[in-house]
Amino acid sequence: MPAKRAMTTPNSIEEAAATIKELSSQGATIRPAGQDSRKDWGGDDAAGTVTVHTGGLNRIVAHNPGDFTAIVQAGVPLADLQRHLGREGQWLALDPPDRGGTVGGLVATADSGPARHRYGGVRDLVIGITVVLSDGSVARSGGTVIKNVAGYDLGKLFAGSYGTLGLVTQVALRLHPLPARTATLVAGTEDPAVLTRAVLAMSRHPLEAMSLDVSWRKDAGRLLVRFGGVTAPERAAHAAKHLADNAVDTDVVLDDESIWAAQRAAQRGAAVVKVSALPTDLPAVIAAAGAATVVSRAALGVSWLSFPESDDLADRVEATREALSPHQAAVLDGARLVDAPWPEPDPGTLALMRRVKARFDPTGTFRPGTYVGGI
Amino acid sequence: MDGRELVERLRRVVGDRWLLLDEHDLRTYESDGLLQYQQVPRLAVLPGTAEEVRACVEICAQEKVPWVARGAGSGLSGGALPVKDGVLIVLSRLTRILEIDLDNGRVCVEPGVTNAAVSAAVGPDFFYPPDPSSQIVCTIGGNVAENSGGAHCFKYGFTTNYVTGLEVVLPDGELVTIGGKELDPPGYDLLGAFVGSEGTLGVATKIWLRVVPVPEATRTLVAFFDSTRQAGEAVSAIVQAGIVPGAIEMMDATTIKATEAMAHAGYPVGRGAALLVELDGAEAECDAQFAEVTTICAAQGSDDVRVSRDEAERQLFWKTRKAAFPAMGRISPNYFVQDGVVPRTTLPDVLVRIDELAAEYGLTVANVFHAGDGNLHPLVCFDAAVEGQAAQAEELAGRILDVCLEAGGSITGEHGVGVDKRKHMAKMFGEDDLAAFQRLRCAFDPDGRANPGKVMPTPRLCGEVPGVYRQHPLEAAGIAERF
Repeated sequence: MPAKRAMTTPNSIEEAAATIKELSSQGATIRPAGQDSRKDWGGDDAAGTVTVHTGGLNRIVAHNPGDFTAIVQAGVPLADLQRHLGREGQWLALDPPDRGGTVGGLVATADSGPARHRYGGVRDLVIGITVVLSDGSVARSGGTVIKNVAGYDLGKLFAGSYGTLGLVTQVALRLHPLPARTATLVAGTEDPAVLTRAVLAMSRHPLEAMSLDVSWRKDAGRLLVRFGGVTAPERAAHAAKHLADNAVDTDVVLDDESIWAAQRAAQRGAAVVKVSALPTDLPAVIAAAGAATVVSRAALGVSWLSFPESDDLADRVEATREALSPHQAAVLDGARLVDAPWPEPDPGTLALMRRVKARFDPTGTFRPGTYVGGI
Repeated sequence: MDGRELVERLRRVVGDRWLLLDEHDLRTYESDGLLQYQQVPRLAVLPGTAEEVRACVEICAQEKVPWVARGAGSGLSGGALPVKDGVLIVLSRLTRILEIDLDNGRVCVEPGVTNAAVSAAVGPDFFYPPDPSSQIVCTIGGNVAENSGGAHCFKYGFTTNYVTGLEVVLPDGELVTIGGKELDPPGYDLLGAFVGSEGTLGVATKIWLRVVPVPEATRTLVAFFDSTRQAGEAVSAIVQAGIVPGAIEMMDATTIKATEAMAHAGYPVGRGAALLVELDGAEAECDAQFAEVTTICAAQGSDDVRVSRDEAERQLFWKTRKAAFPAMGRISPNYFVQDGVVPRTTLPDVLVRIDELAAEYGLTVANVFHAGDGNLHPLVCFDAAVEGQAAQAEELAGRILDVCLEAGGSITGEHGVGVDKRKHMAKMFGEDDLAAFQRLRCAFDPDGRANPGKVMPTPRLCGEVPGVYRQHPLEAAGIAERF
């Protein structure tokens, strides 16, 4: 049993800074946390680690509909933010599984969903960031405008840093208009090679699709291409013509929300392996998946392999990672099942990452030992 | 310091021909695109391979000499200005396109490849979206350093959204790969930190880029308005309607007058503002939205909307817009190009404030800008022959940035900080912010040898890394070890 963790919930950025400064000067280790919706990821923290909870940093500081920007504190639940923005016909174009946890957790893990295809990931939508470092300093980078090249872009450095560099307290975000309507082109096949050819046929055309995913379960797969905008159904039907030579059955679904809800849900599981590859690697990824369900952002080459509960789960996960080599594969859900949830990066790159960690968190306060390469 | 050893070692790497020592040869490199700063470097090298670049940087590290990397030298903030006692590393010989993989939407290039050459290499079906107006000459290496944008970045994004991997020579001479051909490698997003770091973290020797299919349709119009306020409101109405134009560019009365004299596009001299709107994408969606844009422009007071009938006319619209900077030479002996950003909704008020400032200084300020993302390029006109006017103009250009910051904007949208805007950095960022920037700088370049004197407002030194690492409890217990 790990020791019972202490927890503190600051109610302002200043309070968070004071708390962190005090904790780090006492030699404590800190784990930033929101709603714990991605709690497994990155594995266990050291015993005695203090949780700094962002629940008190829960303000939507500004929403500027005319500029398509918002300033949001880290503890704001993504679902609450989307509801707020939706009243003006806007959204933060990130649609991770479940309800998406808090904005801070989303930034720290760089989690994403099918909209990644069109709008990019967390790194592409954070236009400014405020962080508290282990010495209690409060640092900002970026700003509140979409276009800005003044100073270094720390927003990207902190996106996906899993709370190991400091506490993200506030972000400025680029927003997008909600699509007037959506429609999804669905194409099914039992042959991974045919499926891959369909993906490549699609990504050669300027479809401007919102999402372009593949799902593979057991022995069959589907290509899912979602369109947004007033002409979405026509565009979906038109896109089907690009598949005429591809020996797949196609269909256009207008009421498509459940398709994408299922796609998002399949990014979670008893164990989930996220793999970085290329679109042309899809057959190899499907072959390596075995019994796992595959969700692929097919035109990006990023896939999630979701394993159901089983007695030999850890072995299955490791066998799949082995089969995926040399592609980088991280274990997200079920990270505790394996010895090393992170893949081993190139030694030169890892050395540089260690130098970044040493400069930003010289006291080793933030989640030591939980990140890539034991950072 | 005895420089002979440095010179001989560099000569052995690049050879006689590619080592420049003569003052006459070095003058070629004394400025980048921002001519008011000049500095002749101690010497320049033009390496021909990534390994030669690495060796040059390593020699600089060992000889404790600062260095600056330079591409085409088209930057507009003095980012590639040489340092006096330093080495200038010119990358113009690294021009190979190493791989084109259209199935996966990737191209891999050396840093001296020009921006336009990337699109040419992947055309006609694909293109590389970031399109700085210097795209014919500017290099991808320079684009990476500056995180370059362009007219189409409101819809398509910036260089940082298209770089998936870099091979980088760090200031200690080590070659590392960050990111790669594939997306989302686990670990810190060093790529995101490096792109836009203005040559202060190292030098890229190989660059993987994402390229995308050429849009199915493009529709372009120019609408004329009585005032920039009206045109600004049209921009807001278009974007509010959920339309994301490929480009949306505005010119004011002064700019219309100057460009018409050069481009002869038949623009009505005397009108208050011209708005160029380009939509691209799927044909059906493009047509539907184009009709809406035309309606919005009319509703916001434009009685003169011209739709390009063919590619030739579209090119004429763009030629007129891109003539804005050179055309200014026809109405003013000299001018400074400013680069600031404001939230788009504040544009009308900011333009009024700029007019007031121009009147206060008795100088003409022409305005052209990327209106979609609020990126202003005020052109501050002056006559260098009139004593004190250049200084006045520079002061005015600085006060325009103050206006941008007061409106919640930025001191630079695409030109970078370089040497030119260092003095404004402390207005935008506090001491703790700058200290955090310095942490990143020190992680990559603890000795401050890569492009020193750029970006940061005052020179700073890196301390030792305090403590480096505390032993992790799991490590102490022998359960885990560091690799």
